[in-house]
Amino acid sequence: MTALAALIQRELRIALRVGGGALIGVLFFLTVVVLMPFAIGPDLALLKRIGPAILWLGAMLASLLTLDRLFTADHDDGSLDIIAMSRMPLEITCAAKAFAHWLASGLPLIVATPILGLMLNLDPAATTAVALTLLIGTPALTFTGMIGAALAVTLRRGGLLLSVLVLPLSIPILIFGVAASNAAVVGPTPFGTPFTILAALTLTSLVVGPFAAAASLRQGLD
Amino acid sequence: MNLGQHAGFIVAAYGVAVIVVTALIGWIAADYRRQTRTLRRLEASGITRRSAAIAPAAGTAPSRAAP
Amino acid sequence: MTLTELANPTRFLALVARLMPWLTAATALLLIAGLYQTFAVAPDDYQQGATVKIMFLHVPFAWLAMFGWAIMSISALGTLVWRHPLADVSAKAAAPIGAAFTFLCLVTGALWGRPMWGTYWEWDARLTSVLILFLMYLGVMALWRAVEDPSRAARAAAVFTLVGAINLPIIKFSVDWWNTLHQPASVLRLGGPTIHMSILAPLMVMALAFSLMFVTLHLAAMRNEILRRRIRTLHLMQAAAPRAG
Repeated sequence: MTALAALIQRELRIALRVGGGALIGVLFFLTVVVLMPFAIGPDLALLKRIGPAILWLGAMLASLLTLDRLFTADHDDGSLDIIAMSRMPLEITCAAKAFAHWLASGLPLIVATPILGLMLNLDPAATTAVALTLLIGTPALTFTGMIGAALAVTLRRGGLLLSVLVLPLSIPILIFGVAASNAAVVGPTPFGTPFTILAALTLTSLVVGPFAAAASLRQGLD
Repeated sequence: MNLGQHAGFIVAAYGVAVIVVTALIGWIAADYRRQTRTLRRLEASGITRRSAAIAPAAGTAPSRAAP
Repeated sequence: MTLTELANPTRFLALVARLMPWLTAATALLLIAGLYQTFAVAPDDYQQGATVKIMFLHVPFAWLAMFGWAIMSISALGTLVWRHPLADVSAKAAAPIGAAFTFLCLVTGALWGRPMWGTYWEWDARLTSVLILFLMYLGVMALWRAVEDPSRAARAAAVFTLVGAINLPIIKFSVDWWNTLHQPASVLRLGGPTIHMSILAPLMVMALAFSLMFVTLHLAAMRNEILRRRIRTLHLMQAAAPRAG
């Protein structure tokens, strides 16, 4: 158990120190959401209606952007091989890394959501709903994306390939995240239905993600 | 044969299908010709795989090596 | 001949060489029979008129779009679990063929949708799911092209294919749900309670013909891939061999 805690602590330290780049994700999120009104126009009523969708898209792209760091740096300096050789099962290692990654780059997105919600003219209830769905949904984005990150690192050619592979797989998360947020604002479905499905997707990805990522690393690192 | 008022769409659908399927078949056939030609050229220049040299039982490779 | 014996690529090539003429002939015969039935026998739909003829292409293509991913998934299991030497080859060969049929499914769907729904593209649940499937096919092909070493690429593609196979039903379900939420279900759909035999029979013949075509093309593409790998090995040996003369 101490090894697990040490690994999470290490990941967090690396992510938050100078050059770690976890906070770039939030900056990207802010920029993307701020850009949207320039494309759509400063119509507050329209922004209010599509605000949840904008926030979700921004968060999804931001988490995709930071995914590249999940394994690449460790692979480049060789520590990924050492971590893979340790006695801890690779699945647990992957889960720990993804969890730490989510803490460092997923949580800040949720913290930034209320501010951006204000700028998009969302009322407090809607902002809370979006933040809540992001809190439940972003782990699924991280854990699904981890599969793509593991594939990309074994191929030594990440970047664009990663997004091409991961984005189609995250469509269900996007659908139910936005649907739950909208349900809280305008209806017609109750909030609970899409929200529980979103939670189910997250739980599924928590199981499938580490196994698939570990399988891909094990196959690729030999 | 009367295709009705939407004949254009029906013809277009069958046309696209014919084009894509033909392209697929053509690509696979061209690929096959290219690969066999390269393989023959390599084997003619004296490079053979170990397994082909030892076990010509069901093999196609050694017989093709002769010019 | 068992699956283990087929692990020998030379034996596999011999088998393909023996089967290929028969498969090609059967495909051509069935296709001719299917086209004859489609255009000469099958009646027009009382609602859709002659456009129902597009269905005889569209439905088999949709079936093959899924069939292709199924073949890739089985091959992926073969790569990861049984380490069957031909599984990599089969998975790689199936991807472009599956993608081509998925593309055809989308195009014929659009050409069918225009006269029936009044628009080329409807964000209909089934169309959207097939579009995502097409994107995933392209992703797999990009994955194959990203790496030079075939066995390394095979294992990465296998993991992605299996994750995709788990995800596809979820995507289908989500898109269905999303669609009913956003769209009044008023689009004209094929069917009603049953499809009449006069329509169903040609459809079955066409589906069988295109399935045979898929299998034939798949085997031919596998043969190409085996030859390509042989050439690769020979090139590597050529590069590694000392310059003797």
